[in-house]
Amino acid sequence: MKKTGTMLAALAVGLLTSTAALAGDVRIMWYSDGVEGEVLKDLLDRFMKENPGINVILDNVSYSVVKEQLPVQLEAGNGPDIARVTNLKAQAQHWLDLRPLVADAAYWDENFGGQADWMRPDGSNQISGFMTQITIAGGFANKTLFDQAGVAIPGKDATWDDWAKAAKQVAENQQVPFPMALDRSGHRLSGPNLAYGGNYIGADGKPAPLDEGSKNFLKTFVGWVADGTMSKDVWVSAAGSTYRAAADDFINGQLVYYYSGSWQVPNFSTKIGTNFDWVATGSPCGPANCTGMTGGAGLVAVKYTKNPKDVVKVMDYLASEPIVKEFSERTLFLPAHKGVLAKGLDFKTDDAQAKAALNAFVEASKTLSDEARKLPGWLWSDAVYGALVTRVSQAAAGEMTVDEAFARIDSDIATKVKDSGN
Amino acid sequence: MVAVRLAMGAIDVPLRWVQRRLGIGGMATFFLLPNMLIFGIFVLLPFFINFAYSMTGGTALFLPDRTFVGGEQYARLFDCVNYTDPNSCAEDTFWTAVGNTAWFVVLQVTLMILFSLITALILNRELMARSFWRAVFFFPVLLSPVVVGLIWKWILQRQGLLNFGLYGLGFDPYTWLNDRNWSFAATVGVSIWAHMGFYTLILLAGLQAIPKDLYEAAEMDGTRPARAFWRITLPLLMPNLLVVVVLVLIRAVQIFDEVYVLTGGGPGISTLYITQYIYETGFATQLRNPGLAAAASILMGAVLVVLTLVQLGLGRKGEKKGARK
Repeated sequence: MKKTGTMLAALAVGLLTSTAALAGDVRIMWYSDGVEGEVLKDLLDRFMKENPGINVILDNVSYSVVKEQLPVQLEAGNGPDIARVTNLKAQAQHWLDLRPLVADAAYWDENFGGQADWMRPDGSNQISGFMTQITIAGGFANKTLFDQAGVAIPGKDATWDDWAKAAKQVAENQQVPFPMALDRSGHRLSGPNLAYGGNYIGADGKPAPLDEGSKNFLKTFVGWVADGTMSKDVWVSAAGSTYRAAADDFINGQLVYYYSGSWQVPNFSTKIGTNFDWVATGSPCGPANCTGMTGGAGLVAVKYTKNPKDVVKVMDYLASEPIVKEFSERTLFLPAHKGVLAKGLDFKTDDAQAKAALNAFVEASKTLSDEARKLPGWLWSDAVYGALVTRVSQAAAGEMTVDEAFARIDSDIATKVKDSGN
Repeated sequence: MVAVRLAMGAIDVPLRWVQRRLGIGGMATFFLLPNMLIFGIFVLLPFFINFAYSMTGGTALFLPDRTFVGGEQYARLFDCVNYTDPNSCAEDTFWTAVGNTAWFVVLQVTLMILFSLITALILNRELMARSFWRAVFFFPVLLSPVVVGLIWKWILQRQGLLNFGLYGLGFDPYTWLNDRNWSFAATVGVSIWAHMGFYTLILLAGLQAIPKDLYEAAEMDGTRPARAFWRITLPLLMPNLLVVVVLVLIRAVQIFDEVYVLTGGGPGISTLYITQYIYETGFATQLRNPGLAAAASILMGAVLVVLTLVQLGLGRKGEKKGARK
């Protein structure tokens, strides 16, 4: 009897301790483009040492998990406590309002206020989280290939046509398979669409039908895929709106000009090293302007958390000025924090190419159009991006004409708007 | 032995009590109950929930949050001017996926059965290292579909093993997975490679169950091997073949995993099959539509049921015909 009693007592203690451990757990869903997962882990280890009652669990997942599986978890009222997300506005109803919980809401407003609307429901003053990085879409050129081919790298005001012409010359001269590549992403297509005068937002705030500006670039783009100027591999390698990057082709020296964005800088710095010289070029110009797209990944708290007090402690820590500064300097990310930006950054890299690239992207941020600045906080951005990718890749694969693709893009977006009930 | 007797005794007492209560006739139901419960919870209940989803609209995931729209999702799927031209349909992607799946099923099922049968016939002969060859053919079955997809992607992609070999032989590399015909062929070929071993095993078991004396008698009568195959092997293998046809057919209609990894449904949507369409519509696309995905999956299920019933009907007809002879 005594033995049984002891066993039951041990079981009860065990259960109590395990429940206590669960109460202090904060789970973060995180994806990485480069080294940011390792940097974050290091920062969180420090946080846990300072806050022994909080156990932060970092789930490193692929971007597709965040894009495809997290929304389902959120709809079911589940999910992690904190998540790193790019589709911020469309899922804003799932984010926890940190305003009444954070230590100093004014600090958050002052430093992250510029992007706060990207991640909160329209019309609210909610603090949902902060941007872990601000990204600017832009191009990268393989300088070594240009030098070897004896072709001058197009200048600051060069157009998309100028880049296409130069990249093709280099590819032919150097026997490289791809002159140009653009990630299979609606966000990436949107930079040049806007540069060609495109505008997605209608007068009523809902998606407008594709206009001549967007159509002009998309026609050019599909033509480039057809004649081999633009890598076909990236665009026809999947159906639907699946994301595909051409970063590996650039890293392997198989690509002359790659249109992606600032988040690739740490990736290139690590993987290219001294294999060849590369430069960031900003966004090529179109007839309307030289804009790229802005955006980025935000760290948001999920409102279904059972542990909001600990979640807020983690969020306050990660959003604090010294941590944002350290995170940005070590990951080579452009921060969103106003104070950090004002005081300047000392990026922790010996790679002069990476430093120059980051400066080029800071410079490119000055040429962003108003439209480009609006899109990250627009509810329908992802619906438009998804339709663009799906149909443009079908046109690129020769399954439909460009005009058929345009008609389908408009009808797909209209159906999405109708389905959403908005 | 004592433990077994003790266990049997322990089971015997409650079972006799149940039998007294239910009667002997009720015992069959009693024994089937656990299986029926599992079937009900994991098959029938999801089916009805899925059907309920197919009658709702909107992007919400929870059924109570969704709006009842009746047969609107089915009407949308069938909104077509000409069913043979997907571009004339409101849901052109669905009809393209249906067409792709139909071609895939026809080709894959035919070739799978043909290759499985030929392999089984060869492995049934007195071969050197027969066990080794049987293991070789069965090995891909043990691989995860994702591994299968990745292996073949690494072989077929632009800088893959196949192009490396071709380049070494002086040929130009080719982008196999960018070509709609080669991509389609690759999905058929890879799925056959991955699953053939399993069906070969079923047919091999059937071949080994055919009495040897039938072949000896045929040989003594001077029957040619081809005639023996058509008159002895094939008729006696028919029950196994029927099982294989049903299994291959169901698996072919449901094809998803290895193709998703290998081609992602591309180039364009030329290898987009119906299961991937359902997945993309319900889960992967921005502003997903679970109702439309559920309607498509109900239609796919209905087609599978019809095909299976037709096959079973044909099988029974064949059996009766055989019995009459």
